[in-house]
Amino acid sequence: MFVLVVGGGKVGYYLAKELIDSGHECVLMEKDRSRAETIRDEIGSVVISQDGCEGKYLREAGANRADIVAAVTGDDEDNLVICQMAKHHFDVPRTIARVNNPKNEGLFRHLGVDEIISPTRMILGSIEQDIPVHELLHLAALGEGELEIIEAHLQPGSPAIGKVAADLRVPAGCSLFGVIRNGAPTPLRADTILAEGDKVIAIGRPDCEVELREQLIGEPEAV
Amino acid sequence: MKAVIVGCGRVGAGLADALDRAGWQVLIIDRASAAFDRLPSSFGGTALRGDGTDEDTLRRAGAEGADLFLALTEGDNRNIMAAQLGVEVLGAARTVAKINDPVRAEAYAHLGIATLCRTNLMETAVLTFLGQAAGERPGIFVPERAHTHSHTGVAGPNSAPEA
Repeated sequence: MFVLVVGGGKVGYYLAKELIDSGHECVLMEKDRSRAETIRDEIGSVVISQDGCEGKYLREAGANRADIVAAVTGDDEDNLVICQMAKHHFDVPRTIARVNNPKNEGLFRHLGVDEIISPTRMILGSIEQDIPVHELLHLAALGEGELEIIEAHLQPGSPAIGKVAADLRVPAGCSLFGVIRNGAPTPLRADTILAEGDKVIAIGRPDCEVELREQLIGEPEAV
Repeated sequence: MKAVIVGCGRVGAGLADALDRAGWQVLIIDRASAAFDRLPSSFGGTALRGDGTDEDTLRRAGAEGADLFLALTEGDNRNIMAAQLGVEVLGAARTVAKINDPVRAEAYAHLGIATLCRTNLMETAVLTFLGQAAGERPGIFVPERAHTHSHTGVAGPNSAPEA
């Protein structure tokens, strides 16, 4: 496999090193000359000190015969352009981009980058898994934001557990319309008895939140 | 008519002023507020400090559904990203991106974005001034079709790499 790596920061450096160690053909592009020189001393002449965003230098680096181009610089816009040039100008079958701003993931995917790696998102995901969620989760805004779809995860300490849905004091301007129980969505009926672990889905005005939170989340038990 | 301009350099500020005078609703964005000193005091549009490649910033500024989206910062790649965000996500009707690298300028025109190449413009201007043949160096590459984002895999006519 011939992999063209663009960006000689920590990620690009270790990536190139690992690829070479496991027997792949690899070229690394790093536009900063002194940084490129440092890496060249370590991993050999496969380092090219040119800007991987420029078509001319991508061609010189062999982009037209690369199986994979991995764009791992610290700048999202550069990574996007590297992948698009690789794909459209050099017909590279597989492009991989590092995305620093998680908000750019959708755009990159939409614009045809094959694989998107977001370190920010990964670390965020890992942190969020460790933190018990005692807040209402905002799933989506409707219209101009005057209504929101909200999820409440019933955890130990929630005053709603064991109650019949009809007995909940749902604030005006808000409606509960469904429960996700054991991963399966079910409509919320007046006689539904709420249980620990349920995810209650509501639509409501943002000003209903305080009361909704009291009803469904309550004061969480100390963890 | 609504115009969004990313980058308030001389060209961005000049165009913002011209469109404002012509009765357009103009929104201009730059990362440095000092850049807005280039706008005349008569400017009646909105000047916003922020990152023009950030979707949230653009949405909050009301950049959706513009008739015209101009990406005129000093960074080729920032312009490329902003322009594609403008046309694909924010639904701009027309977009022009300044790309000074002629190779990239041509490549993105094939992908459906009108690109403005200062390198070609200036070379042509100088050669013409000197009375020499300027050759085929368009200052603006006109897209041949609508912008394609190509998970379809449709590649530009120039996609076959030269040997």
